[in-house]
Amino acid sequence: MKRLSKVMGLAALGWSLLAGSAFAKDVVKIAFIGPLTGGVSSIGLGGRNSADLAVRLRNADPKTKYQYQLVALDDECKPNVGVQVATQAASDNSIVAGVTNFCSAVAVASVDVYHRFNLPVVVWGAVLPDVTYSHDYKEVHRVNGTMINQSDVAAKFMTGLGYKKFVIIHDTTDYGNGHNKYFSQALTKDGGQILADIGVSADQQDFTTELTKIRDLKPQVVYFGGLTPIGVRIRTQMQKLGINAQFEGTSGIKSDAYIDGAGQAVAEGSLSFLEGAPTDKLPGGAYFLTQYTAQKYAEQPEAYGAFAFAATNLIIDAVEKDGPNRHKVRDTLNQTKNATTIIGKVTFDDHRQNIVPLVTKYVAQDGKWVIWEDSAYAKGQRKLKGL
Amino acid sequence: MDAFGQYLVNGLMLGTIYAMVAVGFTLFFGVLDAIQFSHGDVLMVGAFAGLAASLGVAALGISSPWLQLVAVVVCAVVVTGLLGAAIAHFLILPLHRAPPLNTLLATLMLGSVLRECVRLFYPDGANSKPFPALLPTSFVKLGSFALRVDNIILLLTGLIVIVGLHLLITRTRLGLSIRAVAQDGETARLMGINFSAVVLLTFGLGSAIAALAGVMNGLYYNEINFNVGLLLGVIGFSAAILGGLGNVYGAILGGFLFAGLEVFGSAALPALVPDIPSAYKDVFAFAVVIILMGWKPTGLIAERASERV
Repeated sequence: MKRLSKVMGLAALGWSLLAGSAFAKDVVKIAFIGPLTGGVSSIGLGGRNSADLAVRLRNADPKTKYQYQLVALDDECKPNVGVQVATQAASDNSIVAGVTNFCSAVAVASVDVYHRFNLPVVVWGAVLPDVTYSHDYKEVHRVNGTMINQSDVAAKFMTGLGYKKFVIIHDTTDYGNGHNKYFSQALTKDGGQILADIGVSADQQDFTTELTKIRDLKPQVVYFGGLTPIGVRIRTQMQKLGINAQFEGTSGIKSDAYIDGAGQAVAEGSLSFLEGAPTDKLPGGAYFLTQYTAQKYAEQPEAYGAFAFAATNLIIDAVEKDGPNRHKVRDTLNQTKNATTIIGKVTFDDHRQNIVPLVTKYVAQDGKWVIWEDSAYAKGQRKLKGL
Repeated sequence: MDAFGQYLVNGLMLGTIYAMVAVGFTLFFGVLDAIQFSHGDVLMVGAFAGLAASLGVAALGISSPWLQLVAVVVCAVVVTGLLGAAIAHFLILPLHRAPPLNTLLATLMLGSVLRECVRLFYPDGANSKPFPALLPTSFVKLGSFALRVDNIILLLTGLIVIVGLHLLITRTRLGLSIRAVAQDGETARLMGINFSAVVLLTFGLGSAIAALAGVMNGLYYNEINFNVGLLLGVIGFSAAILGGLGNVYGAILGGFLFAGLEVFGSAALPALVPDIPSAYKDVFAFAVVIILMGWKPTGLIAERASERV
């Protein structure tokens, strides 16, 4: 065992010397922070591999000025661990920037650290609006959308189809309240009318009273901001009470469990919206997947891999332009406008949030969530309710 | 009128289900002075047993909804009755001489075990399951109010179960034995009543009624999940306490009262106080229960020392 580790050590040393002499470029380190262990580790590992892929592809390009190295750190999706690894990355001067955080709670806890240590970061997965909007830290950027984008797209889509009268049901957690707030704002702006706004508890079983009131209001759409279990109950009980309105959910019901729970017939036609898009539908998705497969990573890129890849590339572009200087990289990232990435154009607003919304619309059709544009509903072969 | 009718039917429906759960608590307390805190989860196991039976029958190619319904009810009642008796035999009777807190804790933990078992071992048990709609879905028009036939059937079933239980306890030999054990176990034994057999039967009976409530709950909502017993258990227990623990009629009264409070809370509170969403209906209902308990600590129908069931 001892001998083996010695041999390995020598081999590593030799490899690094070779690499060093072969390229003779300065090494620039980029941190990757995400959940590499625990319940959501599949997404974290997919993100890490994707960031690593961006680094490998750049290093293979002879025109790059620096040799890039990815430092992957595990935040375990726990805020306390996340703050520790954020401090570790931010206080290491050889690290120039970070591709950080999938879990919203960790991201919100870590932004103060990034700011205090002047480490520019690009968030690759956390969706809570507060990650970028609760402060004015010039260091924090984000490529993926938030529930604000989701609500904007959802409201525009529904009013575009001709729906006018909405009833909102939401659970009273942060998730449901957030969706209620942002969807109401977007809907009012787009000319929709909210007949009632009903907060329910997240483990409620019986919705008969609420739905009886809703039935009297005769809405065209019942919008639900919350998660699958009570989404199933509300949709089923709507059916029981004979409410013939269109059911519109959020990313919270975009799961197979919703369709299984409500049953294929009752779930048919339900709408949901999800930040991001299936990787193969992204503008550069095919290229990304080909390169990813070629590197033979053990794990799949998962839903947010492409965002980690895009975030890493934005950082590398900034370093190529300004050199490994945290302040300059931050300023360049701040001014990102219409940058071409595999997830489409990226433009940061005054809170450094990517404002080009990438939100996919889904409709339940024949027991599956189908992308709206590919569905029989969009083609006019089937009709949504309430119109 | 339309909305009021809907509220009324819903309140009666919830009341029936709550009363059927509360009756179990009160029966168990009557015969053994024990609080069976896993009662709600026993109900959930019954509902899942019924669901499994309906899937099994459907897999056999029997499509008649009535035959499926029979299979669902028989399977739920038998499985849960046996489970209830087994809990009494292996958990509650051995702990009978121990402090009551031990029984309470043991059954509380058993409830978690049952819940987690269904979540982990029932296929895809962590997600909500659709419960088959086996009853007719037609309507009866009463003026502007459309009353669903399945609701009528469920309400009648609940009524029959409650009346049947009443007759069983007051008119049969078994009922006499249950009442005897409830009054005084030692004396009942001296009179030649098989104490443990009566206890096991009572637990089987109470659990079977809970299983029926679980199946009714499933048929009413067309959906069940592994968590359904948790709140139903707490509500059933509160209803039993509210009515007077140990008194069957108190439990029934408590069940309907609690359902009435919930429906009133969710229908009237948002109208009366604009900033209170209907999510507060349980807060309202439980708060009223606390006040009522302060007013009548032994329950609305107070237990007479000489009679428990």
